[in-house]
Amino acid sequence: MLLQQQLDGKITEQKDTGTPLLQVRNLKKYFPITSPFGRLKGHVKAVESVNFDLYEKGTLGLVGESGCGKSTTGRSILRLIEPTEGSVNYRGKDLLQLNQREFKGFRKEMQMVFQDPHSSLNPKKRIGELIEEPMEIHKIGTKADRMERAMDLLKRTGIREDQYFRFPHEFSGGQRQRIGIARALAVDPAIIVLDEPVSALDVSIQSQVLNLLEEIQDEFKLAYLFISHDLSVVRHIADEIGVMYLGHMVEKAPTDDLFANPLHPYTKALLSAIPIPDRKQRRERIIIKGDVPSPIDPPSGCVFHTRCPFAMEQCKSIKPEMLQQSDGHQVACHLYN
Amino acid sequence: MEGYPLLEVKELRTRFSSEKGTITAVDGVTFKVDYGETLGVVGESGCGKSVTAESIMRLLNEKSTRYDGEINFKGVNLLSLPEKKMLDIRGNEISMIFQDAMTSLNPVFTIGDQIAESIIVHQNLGKKEAMEKAVEMLRLTGIPSPEKRVHEYPHEISGGMRQRVMIAMALSCQPSLLIADEPTTALDVTIQAQILEVINDLKEELNMGVIMITHDLGVVAEVCTRVAVMYLGQVIEESDVDALFASPRHPYTRGLLKSIPTITGDRSQKLHTIQGVVPALDNVPKGCRFAPRCPYATDKCMTEFPLLETLENGQKIRCWHHQEIMEREAASDVITAAT
Ligand SMILES: Nc1ncnc2c1ncn2[C@@H]1O[C@H](COP(=O)(O)OP(=O)(O)OP(=O)(O)O)[C@@H](O)[C@H]1O
Ligand SMILES: Nc1ncnc2c1ncn2[C@@H]1O[C@H](COP(=O)(O)OP(=O)(O)OP(=O)(O)O)[C@@H](O)[C@H]1O
Ligand code: SF4
Ligand code: SF4
Ligand SMILES: [Mg+2]
Ligand SMILES: [Mg+2]
Repeated sequence: MLLQQQLDGKITEQKDTGTPLLQVRNLKKYFPITSPFGRLKGHVKAVESVNFDLYEKGTLGLVGESGCGKSTTGRSILRLIEPTEGSVNYRGKDLLQLNQREFKGFRKEMQMVFQDPHSSLNPKKRIGELIEEPMEIHKIGTKADRMERAMDLLKRTGIREDQYFRFPHEFSGGQRQRIGIARALAVDPAIIVLDEPVSALDVSIQSQVLNLLEEIQDEFKLAYLFISHDLSVVRHIADEIGVMYLGHMVEKAPTDDLFANPLHPYTKALLSAIPIPDRKQRRERIIIKGDVPSPIDPPSGCVFHTRCPFAMEQCKSIKPEMLQQSDGHQVACHLYN
Repeated sequence: MEGYPLLEVKELRTRFSSEKGTITAVDGVTFKVDYGETLGVVGESGCGKSVTAESIMRLLNEKSTRYDGEINFKGVNLLSLPEKKMLDIRGNEISMIFQDAMTSLNPVFTIGDQIAESIIVHQNLGKKEAMEKAVEMLRLTGIPSPEKRVHEYPHEISGGMRQRVMIAMALSCQPSLLIADEPTTALDVTIQAQILEVINDLKEELNMGVIMITHDLGVVAEVCTRVAVMYLGQVIEESDVDALFASPRHPYTRGLLKSIPTITGDRSQKLHTIQGVVPALDNVPKGCRFAPRCPYATDKCMTEFPLLETLENGQKIRCWHHQEIMEREAASDVITAAT
């Protein structure tokens, strides 16, 4: 047991130097805004030039406030929405260059689990069928094979096999989230995008689902893109974290490094705003003023300059580049230039 | 009303009846809130936090709801007051803010009109003075250029701003008790920090009592002086906030505190889990309500119902075995530390 843990530990350490499974470069997504008469009025600049890599058995956490573009990033790399620009390299192929027919073969490699376990499962289907459905779509195995795998996955995700014929409404939120995870695992993907997978769950149920996600990651050799606005949850599960603000990734670092040594003023404010359930750990808050500006008309220069306590003259006009500060720790801010 | 505590809830029981039968959503809740104090009420979804608050305000439909127990506000039992008297108290002496400010604000009136309206209703002020007071209240909540903002409509402002408007409205009559039901749950952390600060500052300025309902133990640690932990309609532990975090006594509270990931915890450890799920209200366990999920449950727990016991230090616990559990855990901590 101990040896196994040590081995796993080694693998985790090596992971960062291995070849990435997925490379996302300059990802951009603008949503057009049209008038009621169809005239183009502008764009929601939801994601602007985002870069990251995903590794086998690795987890990248994406954090940031509502509307900063986390879900849009996740959905873009799965091509659930078509990105405006950029490349998404998976095993040497740019997925964004493939036509729908070519892409279909890759679709099963990347699955998604959503926040709301109530609306993401078709209420009219039995949970067994729900898990078999993706296998059917991708023409995997015989009917008997699929049923066997569904049973296996139910058991693996902590749902009793005899509940195979039940409907989603007969399960609690946490159980439904497990069913969603079993469904994502059905086609044996390499990557799972988890969009706020525990946000709708009660704390006592959250930890059950987080532990499950960690166990199956090793077992199924999965890469996770873990999206959440809850930094405590992300810190627990992610090896590396990307902080987003108004469509931009403003800082990216290995998890421990980010918490020990946050560099970007927004990251610092975000970390200091998290309420800690421990009375001995009270700290000084950096309260940033005001609200997030509109992504339709984002500020010039550094997008954070309208709220940044350290903003300088150049921040208003010059957009800071994402620069490497130390091993794997990147930040986009003129203070570190 | 001098000499009486601000609010004293005693053995509150709130029952809903329908064709399907009766459910007891709040079942014997007892707590106290003093002037200048923030009581946190925490617990998982469905444990009865909102119903407790709605009972204090008497907001529930009284045709299908039955209240028992006492809700003594400045020495007067609100449950025995006629509805007409409640109108003077609601929104005036006791105010409430909700999680979703959008649904509580009227989309067709400007925010200034809405705040002014509640001032006119309760304080007998003219329109012009009420509007001036509305501007003043908005300024207090930290909204920049409030004299411009009063002319805006709810959909024109952000979620954090709307929550400030709700606070301005709730506090415009200088209530002595503010009930905040998940006031920041829908907001981002940086905005949450702003709102919690506003509530805290105003609490101090007005010497109000505050009931802060939340499921976030982090929020409790930040702003509360005392905490009541609820489980399935009952308070299972109540204590001073420092004591609760330093030495939680009830197995549920212990489990809860261990199962949340924090930004300072050990990342390499697996998270603690509480097995199972919260039972449904129409299927409440007979003995201790936590027994089916409790690692320490005994036969007695399955059949006999523990009462809320007050310890010497003022901490209150509803558990048969809290004493033994504490001793046992302390002993095992020593063993772990030694190895
Ligand atoms: N289909 C769409 N059409 C137009 N705008 C969109 C669409 N989807 C998202 N947006 C906008 O893009 C921006 C980014 O949204 P996104 O959902 O990616 O944010 P998020 O970080 O996931 O936020 P949350 O934490 O609230 O889920 C927002 O301003 C949003 O309103
Ligand atoms: N008006 C009502 N009629 C019947 N049942 C109700 C009513 N309001 C609430 N309930 C039930 O009472 C129980 C307690 O609900 P309550 O809203 O107080 O929970 P809560 O602790 O506030 O949960 P949450 O964290 O989800 O807000 C729930 O089972 C709920 O379904
Ligand atoms: S670039 Fe300037 S405005 Fe932006 S975060 Fe850095 S200091 Fe602040
Ligand atoms: S009374 Fe028994 S079951 Fe209930 S919390 Fe205490 S030990 Fe657990
Ligand atoms: Mg999202
Ligand atoms: Mg509630």
